[in-house]
Amino acid sequence: MTLLDKLSKGDDDTPPEQITEKVADARTGVAETLRKTLRSNVRQYGMIVALVLITVLFAVLSSGKLLTPLNVTQVIQQNGYILVLAIGMMLVIINGHIDLSVGSVAALVGAIAGILIVDWHWDWRLVLVAGIALGALIGAWQGYWIAYVKIPAFIVTLAGMLLFRGLAQLLLEGQSIGPFPDAFRDIAAGFLPDLGNVQGVQFVGISDFTVQLKVGPLHTLTLVLGVAAVALLVWTELRARQGRRSYGLPAGPRSLFVAKLVALGLVVMLFGYVLASYQGVPVVGLILIALIAAYSFMMNRSVAGRRIYAVGGNEKAALLSGVKTKKNTFWVFVNMGALAALAGMIFAARLSAATPKAGVNFELDAIAAAFVGGASASGGIGTVVGAIVGALVMGVMNNGMSMIGVESDWQQIIKGLVLLAAVAFDVYNKRKAKN
Amino acid sequence: MDDHILDMRAIGKEFPGVKALDHVDLRVRRGEIHALIGENGAGKSTLMKVLSGVYPHGSYTGEIVVDGRPAAFKDIRQSEAAGIVIIHQELALVPQLSIAENIFLGNERGGRGLVDWRETNRQAMRLMAAVGLVEDPEAPVSGIGVGKQQLVEIAKALSKEVRLLILDEPTAALNEADSAGLLALLRALRDQGITSILISHKLNEVTAVADRITILRDGRTIETLDAGSGAVDEDRIIKGMVGRDLDHRFPPREPEIGELLFEVEGWTVDHPTVAGRRVVKDASVTVRRGEIVGIAGLMGAGRTELAMSVFGRSYGSYVGGEVRMNGRALRLRTVSEAIDAGIAYVTEDRKQFGLLLDEDIRRNTTLAALRRVSKRGVIDLDREVVESERLRERLRVKTPTVFQKTGNLSGGNQQKVVLGKWIFTEPELLILDEPTRGIDVGAKYEIYGIVHQLAAEGRGVLVISSELPELLGLCDRVYAMNQGRVTGELPRREATQEAVMRLMTDSATPAGTVAP
Repeated sequence: MTLLDKLSKGDDDTPPEQITEKVADARTGVAETLRKTLRSNVRQYGMIVALVLITVLFAVLSSGKLLTPLNVTQVIQQNGYILVLAIGMMLVIINGHIDLSVGSVAALVGAIAGILIVDWHWDWRLVLVAGIALGALIGAWQGYWIAYVKIPAFIVTLAGMLLFRGLAQLLLEGQSIGPFPDAFRDIAAGFLPDLGNVQGVQFVGISDFTVQLKVGPLHTLTLVLGVAAVALLVWTELRARQGRRSYGLPAGPRSLFVAKLVALGLVVMLFGYVLASYQGVPVVGLILIALIAAYSFMMNRSVAGRRIYAVGGNEKAALLSGVKTKKNTFWVFVNMGALAALAGMIFAARLSAATPKAGVNFELDAIAAAFVGGASASGGIGTVVGAIVGALVMGVMNNGMSMIGVESDWQQIIKGLVLLAAVAFDVYNKRKAKN
Repeated sequence: MDDHILDMRAIGKEFPGVKALDHVDLRVRRGEIHALIGENGAGKSTLMKVLSGVYPHGSYTGEIVVDGRPAAFKDIRQSEAAGIVIIHQELALVPQLSIAENIFLGNERGGRGLVDWRETNRQAMRLMAAVGLVEDPEAPVSGIGVGKQQLVEIAKALSKEVRLLILDEPTAALNEADSAGLLALLRALRDQGITSILISHKLNEVTAVADRITILRDGRTIETLDAGSGAVDEDRIIKGMVGRDLDHRFPPREPEIGELLFEVEGWTVDHPTVAGRRVVKDASVTVRRGEIVGIAGLMGAGRTELAMSVFGRSYGSYVGGEVRMNGRALRLRTVSEAIDAGIAYVTEDRKQFGLLLDEDIRRNTTLAALRRVSKRGVIDLDREVVESERLRERLRVKTPTVFQKTGNLSGGNQQKVVLGKWIFTEPELLILDEPTRGIDVGAKYEIYGIVHQLAAEGRGVLVISSELPELLGLCDRVYAMNQGRVTGELPRREATQEAVMRLMTDSATPAGTVAP
């Protein structure tokens, strides 16, 4: 009996077989499982559905221009720094706080990176590391006031917003510094190298509801990475399923599992193919994939991530459960500072200049992304993937609206309404669930 | 023919998938104290929400007759206009406002958008006198105790010309003295012609004060008993509530008391913010393996403060004293050190300090001992499900899976989840602070069974409770605390309610009588 071996603790009077039976009672058919999963994750799936709908809407309105390989690549590059910020902001909001200073921190670190690289001729790799360390230090400064002195994050980071913006302006003396060397610019604007020039069928775009293809070079490394990603996905999912089995937990219907894998695999492959039809995976895209994977893992699987949720959900209960709540909050802000620094340097690399006005309103974009992506204003709820989806909803809307010529004032009005609608939808769902 | 102030006939109320009320009848005579009791989920609160218009007319079936006329309340304002006022368990006072301001909140004295402060305070004084509250009407509500806040709520009800007063668990947060005072006030109001409906889990209070008792079970009216002059005893009520005879309210137990496990000696703690205010004074307590030890005391006696300060200094500032486990002296400066040392503290306030209400049973169960389901900081999610499922089964938490949000569970189930969380830390000593507060009789019985089992496994259990019968029924030995000091210790056979109460009030102001 494998189960008996795993459950070595002898202080229990329920035989493991009974648990297996009990849990297995919940084993149900395909439709039932699907319905349950959808219902318990209305918010998450709702946001993904919204993202798909918005994408389709603007693809139609722009007569297919939204989905050209060039534009898909640009959406990623345009939103890279916001996505980085959104991940950190999601953690801060889950922890029950807010950070208004990230735009200013991004500007300050961008400015210092500019001075170090352009004026002092430091190696850009060294600057990247030093910049992230500086961001972490700034985060530690704010985290100290928030976690240990117990000043509300709203106030500490409002002060930080002014403070670091002022410092950035002071350092740059109101001027922009640039241009950056190409190697540094590649962080935001570059692509992964190609393995060799392979000819294939390129995806051109969709117009008049038909897919346009042509013969041309495809980015081979991107295709290889796509296949590798799918393989990794299948492997981890299979392992997880096996793991559940070995504990005697229901793993869900096989057909559903296969369907899910096929669907996810197709999405990944399609995405890779579209990117490969242009210049391949942008460097910033790779950074994002790494960050999303790492932070998702942390929030879902690690003790540290679990505690971030616990502190945000009920700080007192977390404290009385042995969580070092102050330390936890402190490190969440250190992390936010580091990610803000990274975002600031990506932005500087994208502009190829450090400017004192960099990062204005970034904090608002990041906060909006987190809330659109399902965070709760009272803390304790949210996912990293949610933040990404939220940021992409806003990013695709920006891109799509610009493409079809919506004035920027109207863009703001529409984005404001979307943010409100997303959160209202959330509140409505919660209320319905309660009654 | 009896004169009924309220006649609710065949009330039915359905929520999606649940029949909360099914042909419930409730007839309340003018000028009586009518107790409404039943287990949690029996339908008491729903019935009162129907009566007060929270669930408006049309959303329920059946008929409500007030003073012989059919009533169709659309909201609380209309029911209040008819003289029906409900006081909820969680008081609806604004802590920063003064007593007088709270009494007239939403009903301000004065006119044309201006408040007449002199009139406000004058009338507040009059109402405060009626409920026996001696305080400055301009004092903020946050500065007075829970017992007095309860009186402010009643004064507020009186200001609305109340004729039918509904109190939902009014004494749940009160100490014995304040409870006795409140019950006396109810009697006094009855003599002035105010009818009351009392919802309470404390059966001794119900038998002491109620003229008649209506028992609900599973959304139905079971019976209405005439309870005047002690005609009904607690066992009779319990029988109606649970539908079966309970020979004992406590499961049988053969204590097997082992060696000395836990000692606190000379424990002294100051208030966390008020410097120099001693909250626990030179307290010493011991617990043996397999022993259930109680701490009795009135509210403010320092019981919770003693427990929490021992539990990794989670309360107050440490002044002096020593903690020993298995004879070894310990320095517990943080909660995690206390958990590692084998101590668990189950809080008295599960919603505020015990649970992550947005998260499911599984994640609540493992929070205090994540190391048991993780390796190098990575959680084994499958193992977590299995382990929490075992505890859910063992503690009989009534849900289909461990994926239920704890915020949606009943009080009894929530309490079991909190207990499970601490059992999962594999403690040697469990400190249970008010382990059965606000939960129904059936769940209480089950919790007592769990406590017995924990003791039988050789753990030590320290129980803090404001319900003396609970302490006496559960514990092998009882300490009494008063004003921060341990004033005495009684073994089970000597621990009568009178004896313990004497110790609890030792060298203190007289604190009222124990309800019979």
